Amino acid sequence: MLRPRIIPCLLIHQGGLVKTQLFKDPKYVGDPINAVKIFNEKEADELMVLDIDATVRGVEPNFDLIAKLAAECRMPLCYGGGVTTAAQAARIIALGVEKVAVSAAAITHPALITEMARAVGSQSVVAVMDVRKKSGLFSKGYQVCTHNAQKVHKLDPVEFSRQLQDAGAGEIVINSVDRDGTMQGYDIELAASVKAAVTVPVTVLGGAGAQEHLEDLIKRLGVVGAAAGSLFVFKGKYRAVLINYPTPAQKTQLCYSALQN
Amino acid sequence: MIRIVDYGVGNIQAFLTLFKRLGVDAQRATCAEALADATRLILPGVGHFDHAMQRLNDSGMRERLEALVLEDKVPVVGVCVGMQMLASGSEEGQLPGLNWIPGHVRAFANHPQAKALPMPHMGWNTLNVRERSTLFAHAAEEAPQFYFLHSYYFDAQHQEDVAATAHYGFDFDAVVSRGHIHGVQCHPEKSHHWGAQLLKNFAEC
Repeated sequence: MLRPRIIPCLLIHQGGLVKTQLFKDPKYVGDPINAVKIFNEKEADELMVLDIDATVRGVEPNFDLIAKLAAECRMPLCYGGGVTTAAQAARIIALGVEKVAVSAAAITHPALITEMARAVGSQSVVAVMDVRKKSGLFSKGYQVCTHNAQKVHKLDPVEFSRQLQDAGAGEIVINSVDRDGTMQGYDIELAASVKAAVTVPVTVLGGAGAQEHLEDLIKRLGVVGAAAGSLFVFKGKYRAVLINYPTPAQKTQLCYSALQN
Repeated sequence: MIRIVDYGVGNIQAFLTLFKRLGVDAQRATCAEALADATRLILPGVGHFDHAMQRLNDSGMRERLEALVLEDKVPVVGVCVGMQMLASGSEEGQLPGLNWIPGHVRAFANHPQAKALPMPHMGWNTLNVRERSTLFAHAAEEAPQFYFLHSYYFDAQHQEDVAATAHYGFDFDAVVSRGHIHGVQCHPEKSHHWGAQLLKNFAEC
């Protein structure tokens, strides 16, 4: 039986590994290659690595770093950050990465997802939607944003996720800006509305701070990707840096007990 | 040594990294001459079936590959689309497959028990190992976990060729073995100790 995926999400900033809160205040938490080695030992389901500088600075992905990460990584790897062309995606796949994620470029250049799918196959194309609650006194609902939540787009996440799927995305990642780094739990309503709208696998990111949060998500959404940053790099209320991940037995227990409820 | 057939499709680096860690001699082969010293072959593959077949046909390696596998009986394992290429053909494309193991590749989307499920079939699934075939000769556990990422599956013509199934709406053929020819739909190169064991078994068979 297919099991939900429990996915550490690592952010790269100035060559180091960081964790943000509400997409701000990157805190240095260590060396990316070292983190990958630890997650190898812990047999993590897959890894998501996002370079949060590349798009903002308008630079190409750091192919040298990606090659090093891919060579070290013994589990499926998803890379995102600064990818603007199908050729870049193909180059990243050739370095030994399973999936390439895009967000900003999919909005400015809607054909990119289709071009990437043609080059590397839909199964390797991941669309990341950074989503925040609309601000303003009488505003309701959500909106999609990019560039580390500095740019807001007039796009409804549910409608946009359908478009991304139709364009050829093989997976949708819903990243909640409002929950990022809060460790208060996922925005399950948002995740449920997107999952109901698409037929590709969905991964949810933003807000997980405890194993119960993963369970809550799986109980509600079933087989889904449960991604987290803070949960797997911090320990305790003082947010001491300690890379951690459930043991295989804990993970299996967590997934199957949540699915049965 | 193990030669990984590098025809421009698939994650060659992941296999090289894993074999290096296992202390097994493995190199990529990008031309027919490089296949000459192969005692084992790995045929990787991702993406569209026709794209992979076309690249293999254009690689200049196909003829030598077929001679090695069919005449010299060099053990081979096809991985993901590389497994699908062992079939006669695929619902995904028009090009004929290698036809080394009787079967056809079908779309989950056309199967009544799978068509409503999320597609691709992505993530960790349990293999139900039917018999102790070569690839599972030494296995740590009864129900190994493997990483899958695909929308099409191998439908073997003969049940005796099926070494393991996995469940996604129904039990599909996840690993096939016919003598020295093997195919695995999942990704042993990215499946932690379970995958490492499978590839080790293949290297030592």
